[in-house]
Amino acid sequence: MADTLTKEPDYSAGRSVGSLYWAVLRRELLLFFRRRSDLLNPLVFFLLVASLFPLGVSPDPTFLAQVAPGVVWVAALLSTLLSMDGLFRSDFDDGTLEQTLLSPQPMFVVGLAKVSAHWIMTGLPLTLLAPLIAVMLFLPADGMAGLVLTLLLGTPTLSLIGAIGAALTVGLRKGGVLLSLLVLPLYVPVLIFGSSAVQAAINGLPVSGHLALLGAMLALGVVMAPLAIGAALRISVSG
Amino acid sequence: MIVENLYCERDDRVLFEDLGFSLMKGEVLQIEGQNGSGKTTLLRILAGLSSHFEGDIYWRGLPLMDVQDDFRRDMLYFGHQPGVKAMLSPEENLRWYAAMHPAIDLDRMATALDAVGLNGYEDVPCHSLSAGQHRRVSLARLYMTAAPLWILDEPFTAIDKAGVAKQEMLIQRHAELGGSVILTTHHELHLGSHMRRINLDQLAGT
Repeated sequence: MADTLTKEPDYSAGRSVGSLYWAVLRRELLLFFRRRSDLLNPLVFFLLVASLFPLGVSPDPTFLAQVAPGVVWVAALLSTLLSMDGLFRSDFDDGTLEQTLLSPQPMFVVGLAKVSAHWIMTGLPLTLLAPLIAVMLFLPADGMAGLVLTLLLGTPTLSLIGAIGAALTVGLRKGGVLLSLLVLPLYVPVLIFGSSAVQAAINGLPVSGHLALLGAMLALGVVMAPLAIGAALRISVSG
Repeated sequence: MIVENLYCERDDRVLFEDLGFSLMKGEVLQIEGQNGSGKTTLLRILAGLSSHFEGDIYWRGLPLMDVQDDFRRDMLYFGHQPGVKAMLSPEENLRWYAAMHPAIDLDRMATALDAVGLNGYEDVPCHSLSAGQHRRVSLARLYMTAAPLWILDEPFTAIDKAGVAKQEMLIQRHAELGGSVILTTHHELHLGSHMRRINLDQLAGT
């Protein structure tokens, strides 16, 4: 304590964007691991939707094979949306969000790290689980690679878009419904290109066009969404 | 820090108008007022968290809006919520603070935890700590920071008598070293010549 105010603090260590990204990412992953039920919730939901669908509609393999791309994609989209609301909620409630906004560090990096952690904990497991579900729904083997690839490109975009909505609604006590309404229209293009790519793969058509479009959406999201997240969080906290 | 003509209204109620003061190096400013008089709102405005106000705030002679990055680097804010993650241990919480705020020195973590009486609790998840210990985790930052301006909202809530005396001493040391403190508390402070008080009740409009 003695020489705190005279000593110029070493900013160079904290300045490094990479180390900040890793610090936030590590903290978020640690938090996810400490609350494992939150981790399992979207996965269980994903599995339930996909396994109830044949029971509710028709167990006929040819019919299921036709709707499988759509069902897997819709289920993945909804379970991502389900997990979105909690992204900033606990930080907002215990005051760590305020502290994040008051830090001199760029919110872009913090936002990106938080979304990355969210994707690693929801989008990535969903993508890995998808082939299993696809087999359950009799998705033809030709479509399998396409399904995994589109989900790999699509789910991070879903996380990025959803995080903007979560940041905008975090200040509201009951923001869940508003979040869905805000985010769902923006999810539609991802869903359309994602499921139609799988359909194209099944029919033996080239999928590179669809994948390129999904990739473009992801690139745009990575660049723009963290800016929007930072601005949205400032609005939410100042209210 | 200079504040001029600050006006804030909330839910059709004027919390304060024409509020002006300046805070020099080595000064401690205590904001007083009854519950709901706008103490926390004022601190949030001063910290740059809230923009629901009219008036001018200057930091080191420049408008606060223009020097936000410098201001954030020079300031430590202890809010209404302590900003401690219940799922993480005190050590993990402080490590995160050090990553977020370059002014916080991680090397002093052990002495800081010792000073706030959390020695031996480093690895215990914060949700199993008591309310006072919970706030002490966040207050440990005061021992680690090099930021000259502290904005503290009710720092003594849920802290025991010995702890309060220790915090008071720390604040006095900080002022003597040329730092400034703005705080709200219902506690009587004895800090001698460094102290100034502002009572929001007298400033309240209709």
